[in-house]
Amino acid sequence: MATSTAGSSDPSTTRRQSKKPKYSKFTQQELPACKPILTPRAVISAFLIVTIVFVPIGVASLIASHDVVEIIDRYDAECIPSNVTDKVAYIQTPGEKPCKRELHVEKRMKSPIYVYYQLDNFYQNHRRYVKSRNDDQLRDSGKANSVSGCEPEDDANGMPIVPCGLIAWSLFNDTYSFSRNSNNLTVNKKGISWKSDREHKFGSDVFPKNFQNGSIIGGGHLDVNIPLSEQEDLIVWMRTAALPTFRKLYGKIEVDLEKGDVIQVNLGNNYNTYSFSGKKKLVLSTTSWLGGKNDFLGIAYLTVGGLSFFLVLAFTIIYLIKPRQLGDPSYLSWNRNPGGH
Amino acid sequence: MSIHSSGSRSNNSILEVSLSRSGSKARPVRYGSKGADSEGLSMSQRELRDEDARLVYINDPGKTNETFEFGGNSIRTSKYSVLTFIPRNLFEQFHRVAYVYFLIIAILNQLPQLAVFGRGVSILPLTFVLFVTAVKDVYEDWRRHKSDRVENNRLASVLVDGKFEEKKWRDVRVGEVIRIKANEPIPCDIVLLSTSDPTGVAYVQTINLDGESNLKTRYAKQETHGKEGFGGVIKCEKPNRNIYGFLANMEVDGKKLSLGSSNIVLRGCELKNTSLAIGVAVYCGSETKAMLNSSGAPSKRSRLETRMNFEIIWLSFFLVALCTVTSVCAAVWLKRHKDELNLLPYYRKLDFSEEGEVENYKYYGWGLEILFTFLMSVIVFQVMIPISLYISMELVRVGQAYFMIRDNRMYDEETKSRFQCRALNINEDLGQIKYVFSDKTGTLTQNKMEFQCASIWGVDYNSTKDNMEGEQVEHSVEVDGKVIRPKMKVKVNPELLQLSRSGLQNVEGKRIHDFFLALATCNTIVPLLVDTPDPDVKLIDYQGESPDEQALAYAAAAYGFMLIERTSGHIILDIHGERQKFNVLGLHEFDSDRKRMSVILGYPDSSVKVFVKGADTSMLNVIDKSFNMDLVRATEAHLHSYSSMGLRTLVIGTRDLNASEFEKWHSAFEAASTAVFGRAALLRRVSSIVESSLSVLGASAIEDKLQQGVPESIESLRIAGIKVWVLTGDKQETAISIGYSSKLLTSRMTQIIINSKTRESCRKSLEDALVMSKKLLSSSGVANDAGGSSDATPVALIIDGTSLVHILDSELEEQLFQLASRCSVVLCCRVAPLQKAGIVALVKNRTSDMTLAIGDGANDVSMIQMADVGVGISGQEGRQAVMASDFAMGQFRFLVPLLLIHGHWNYQRLGYMILYNFYRNAVLVLVLFWYVLFTAFTLTTAINEWSTTLYSIIYSSLPTIIVGILDKDLGRRTLLKYPQLYGAGQRHEAYNKKLFVWTMLDTLWQSLVIFWAPLFAYWSSTVDVASIGDLWTFGVVILVNLHLAMDVIRWYWLTHVVIWGSIVATFISVMIIDAIPNLPGYWAFFHVAGTGLFWLLLLGIVIAALLPRLVVKFVYQYYFPNDIQICREAEKIGYERVVESGQIEMLPISDNPPR
Repeated sequence: MATSTAGSSDPSTTRRQSKKPKYSKFTQQELPACKPILTPRAVISAFLIVTIVFVPIGVASLIASHDVVEIIDRYDAECIPSNVTDKVAYIQTPGEKPCKRELHVEKRMKSPIYVYYQLDNFYQNHRRYVKSRNDDQLRDSGKANSVSGCEPEDDANGMPIVPCGLIAWSLFNDTYSFSRNSNNLTVNKKGISWKSDREHKFGSDVFPKNFQNGSIIGGGHLDVNIPLSEQEDLIVWMRTAALPTFRKLYGKIEVDLEKGDVIQVNLGNNYNTYSFSGKKKLVLSTTSWLGGKNDFLGIAYLTVGGLSFFLVLAFTIIYLIKPRQLGDPSYLSWNRNPGGH
Repeated sequence: MSIHSSGSRSNNSILEVSLSRSGSKARPVRYGSKGADSEGLSMSQRELRDEDARLVYINDPGKTNETFEFGGNSIRTSKYSVLTFIPRNLFEQFHRVAYVYFLIIAILNQLPQLAVFGRGVSILPLTFVLFVTAVKDVYEDWRRHKSDRVENNRLASVLVDGKFEEKKWRDVRVGEVIRIKANEPIPCDIVLLSTSDPTGVAYVQTINLDGESNLKTRYAKQETHGKEGFGGVIKCEKPNRNIYGFLANMEVDGKKLSLGSSNIVLRGCELKNTSLAIGVAVYCGSETKAMLNSSGAPSKRSRLETRMNFEIIWLSFFLVALCTVTSVCAAVWLKRHKDELNLLPYYRKLDFSEEGEVENYKYYGWGLEILFTFLMSVIVFQVMIPISLYISMELVRVGQAYFMIRDNRMYDEETKSRFQCRALNINEDLGQIKYVFSDKTGTLTQNKMEFQCASIWGVDYNSTKDNMEGEQVEHSVEVDGKVIRPKMKVKVNPELLQLSRSGLQNVEGKRIHDFFLALATCNTIVPLLVDTPDPDVKLIDYQGESPDEQALAYAAAAYGFMLIERTSGHIILDIHGERQKFNVLGLHEFDSDRKRMSVILGYPDSSVKVFVKGADTSMLNVIDKSFNMDLVRATEAHLHSYSSMGLRTLVIGTRDLNASEFEKWHSAFEAASTAVFGRAALLRRVSSIVESSLSVLGASAIEDKLQQGVPESIESLRIAGIKVWVLTGDKQETAISIGYSSKLLTSRMTQIIINSKTRESCRKSLEDALVMSKKLLSSSGVANDAGGSSDATPVALIIDGTSLVHILDSELEEQLFQLASRCSVVLCCRVAPLQKAGIVALVKNRTSDMTLAIGDGANDVSMIQMADVGVGISGQEGRQAVMASDFAMGQFRFLVPLLLIHGHWNYQRLGYMILYNFYRNAVLVLVLFWYVLFTAFTLTTAINEWSTTLYSIIYSSLPTIIVGILDKDLGRRTLLKYPQLYGAGQRHEAYNKKLFVWTMLDTLWQSLVIFWAPLFAYWSSTVDVASIGDLWTFGVVILVNLHLAMDVIRWYWLTHVVIWGSIVATFISVMIIDAIPNLPGYWAFFHVAGTGLFWLLLLGIVIAALLPRLVVKFVYQYYFPNDIQICREAEKIGYERVVESGQIEMLPISDNPPR
């Protein structure tokens, strides 16, 4: 401390004269402030508001969820011919592996009907997997050579792979076509991916190169003449799913399906989930304002709403039976038992 | 045995503290000016060895600096230059553990196997804090550079080629001769060669060095004084930091002279009252004693932080547990999928990209993979250890210190001193103090002495009691046509004044004459003439080392014995208008062993008299009692009555010296004062020749007034449950009377006085006292530990220093502690400085309660350093106490706002802040952890890595800091009205294990809600990683900010800005991150924000997560309210009630109006 005093005697003495702190509400910590306290009235009305908001939302969510019609068909086991014992070997053999499925419409489904495939036990969020891509390469045709992060699917035969990485390599390649009463139902595969992805993330001048040319084939092939921005299956696939059980949009059926309709599905069973006992499901679903069929949100909202209604009742009753005068000094510990302690 | 050993250990530690604090390499720095001289002399007993010496050739800087290049006089208090800034600053910053933790994590992340985050992201937090600190350092250093420049460019007058020339300070070299005029600062440490004073005296003011405002005398050696040419060699010790010692000798004209601390003037002093001084530079620039003494503030660690570190250890266990769970699960998963890994689409162990070879890609074997998983999880979950908390806490403390310094209530108008925060890291300790150890003089009292009574020759002249108004007589004399008046007015007793005017006509008058002569001469006062606006009137200002002396000199002046001039050879007095000159034949200065001083005066008629003044105990030993027994008895009786009025007493004695006695003394004195070695001891021995068989002249009594507001403050502190102990060097009677007047002692109390001379009697009185105190407490029922408001008879313990000598450091310590803890007041009188520290240690080592020591003098330094919190009063007695303290202020009464208001707030704020920061970080970590369970334990983070990093920088850091600085649980008035509220801090109510556990349970619940609600809602849906990650980001950020908002007690506009601003900033940041096409999560937020599910989930998460907290909080506050809660309600509701009924709350006395 003597540092400052050793030399700068002059400034310190001048400071001494004007040392009195200037008064301001800020420095004296007396700024105007709002001091909310938890009065019973405030708390009870807060819970009442929660009840009033949550219960209707919960009911609406449940209704929305119930309105959604969903057909789920698990086909991974059924699409293996009964005579095949080694499923993995079967799926890995090249060539068509057709499979026919029938779906029964239990309830009228209004268009658009979304066609999803659902994979279980597939960790698209695995660390090795999510990182195995190169976003520069996907956007920019000049950066075809930037394959960092894509190992081990970065080069094949000494050439860079476009699109590189495990995600692209493992592109889902089962195919579905639907017919009702032997009339084909067209599946619209346009616009199934995010518009932002098509326009900014996947280049319209980037074409697949050297894709699936390595020693092992991981999944689907890509048409080398179509730019990546139009390879919507790839774009959808590359939006890696958050959870190990996920759906991805395959296409849209833009006609209504009536109750009792039987839908024939011609399935190309190509994708290998057998090696890690993953499940494959085909899902046809309508949609609501809330998305797909899921009762969780409605139940959760009803629970919270109900709980807070219960709390409203409980607090009101306790408040009426045993109120406490707020801010009564006689409750202070030293006033309560003046004997000390 | 154990008691004994702990006792002796504590003693050692006291010594260590007092040594180590003053600097690692320093020899013990003496605190206090008295006796410093004797130390300097005793040190000269060591011969100055050649290799330890530096040779300074006077007026020959060339030769001086020939062999050794001594440092120039330019100083550098700045730490960095442009070139060295980056390496040095980085080096300094990495001294902090927090930064090293950041660094290790960042380095781990750079290993390719462990790269969890991108390069840039992982370094961001570290660079951020480094950058902020560096900017702060640059600013501080720039200011230092600026002041250095001013300093180095000052002009000094230096002898060059026989003429004095102006030279910049930085060009001054060792060996150069420098001329200094009056009121000029000294550029470097110089040895005085000559002064304008004929006797070679120079007066210097050392206020910048040690804060003592009185003038000190320095001497030029007679051998160099007044000469024209300067030459010779000075051999002096190497530069050191002892400002009270100097060891050197000088060879002039073939004579060897020894130099001491009275011959050196240090840089930073100012020349006063001396028109010219010439000296030779011996230490320059960074080697000057002032610069060597520039040490920083002491560093202590707060109790709250110590407890927090304990919880942080728990958190790190928890972190390790999380990492272990992750790696064990990963191990099991890898084992179970061992056969599939090769071609698993999302794992793909095999790498075919090399022609013809099949390798493992990024797979290092099961064992290593587990290890890597563990390390990676440490990286991902790193924020579990809230390292940023340490940085936030520093910021918050700076903010709190700002408010404490700026508090008008703690500004002392009289000394114009603000509150000072010297230690920045123990603010919150102020909220948990249980014991206050206070010095008396200068702390409880003003240390402004006022002459009150005199007992002369057995007659009591009680000036004020009969005449309460007091007649302030202004005595003035005319010299050379100018009126000289003393600066201070003193109340006088008219009777005594009348008698003193009567002169030497009768015996009584003669005695009075002698008495006042003694008061006016037997001191080391330097009279200073000060100009007034009126050119014909001059004020005479008595500068002296002790306020007692000043008071006595002013008193003598008021009774017509005005000290006009003092040189080393004579004293000129104006006695009732008649100018008289006395030769000072010898002077034995005051020292703490003798506790008296004496002066030998040669009268104009060549008779010789010795006057001695000293403490009663020491004087009564050297008084010739056989001479007049009645007189001694009467004086003793007066002394007793004075001291029981709380007055400080001094006894004055005198003796005529006949020629032979004088000769005997004179030769011994000459021999002693020219002795090179052991001068102090020799002089002390010589003094005993004259200080013996004295006759009593009388006694003086000086009042040391209580400081403003002391009784009220003590009352407040007592109600607050703080035990106030007073440790004083004063007599027992004085201490007790001050105790009464300061309301420390009340008539209701039972006093236990321990006043024993031997260890055995100490033991006995302690045992008796213990039994008695037990009886007193048990008879009235409840044991009293809350302090003030109790039915039990409070017990006051009064113990004196002699007894403490036997008790401290012995097995009796434990008994004393037992006894003292039963007493509501403890008064220790006649205690030595080290004993003060011993008493503090007695409490500190035996309880976990916080101790605070407050004092103003050099004798309080050891106690201030020993206590958990040391407070220095920047008063009359110099700055030693302030320099050693953690906080410094002007008045004792500021302790009340400091502890009850600021201490309370600081503690509540930091306690909450720590808990909140634990929660804030843990909730994010838990959300990350739950997700890891759904990624095959591979530590993918759904929350964007940038968001994870920005979380503790942008998303949630500012609100907690601002709330930590600004939030107040209760207003000033309430806190002063109910000092009992301070008990919350003493009981650790704002931060304790229970709260920690509850907070962690709440954290667990909140993290479960945040994570699982979206998980269930989005299970088997098309949601992608980035979208659900954004949902979790917002969930966490909104939740932690609302959580804070729920706990904020006072909403200022700034609080609104930071809390809501943080949430807005989060939205903006996430939008920016999601607008970068190169990131995989591109545009995710804009997509997901278009769905109703997202917003419903967000709303649901926040409400459901906060629901339990709100319920528990409400139930607690409404049905189990603590005192703080009730007062808070009273503040809100009661205030309105007061306004309605038009009543005005009575302001407590210590609550001064602002402004």
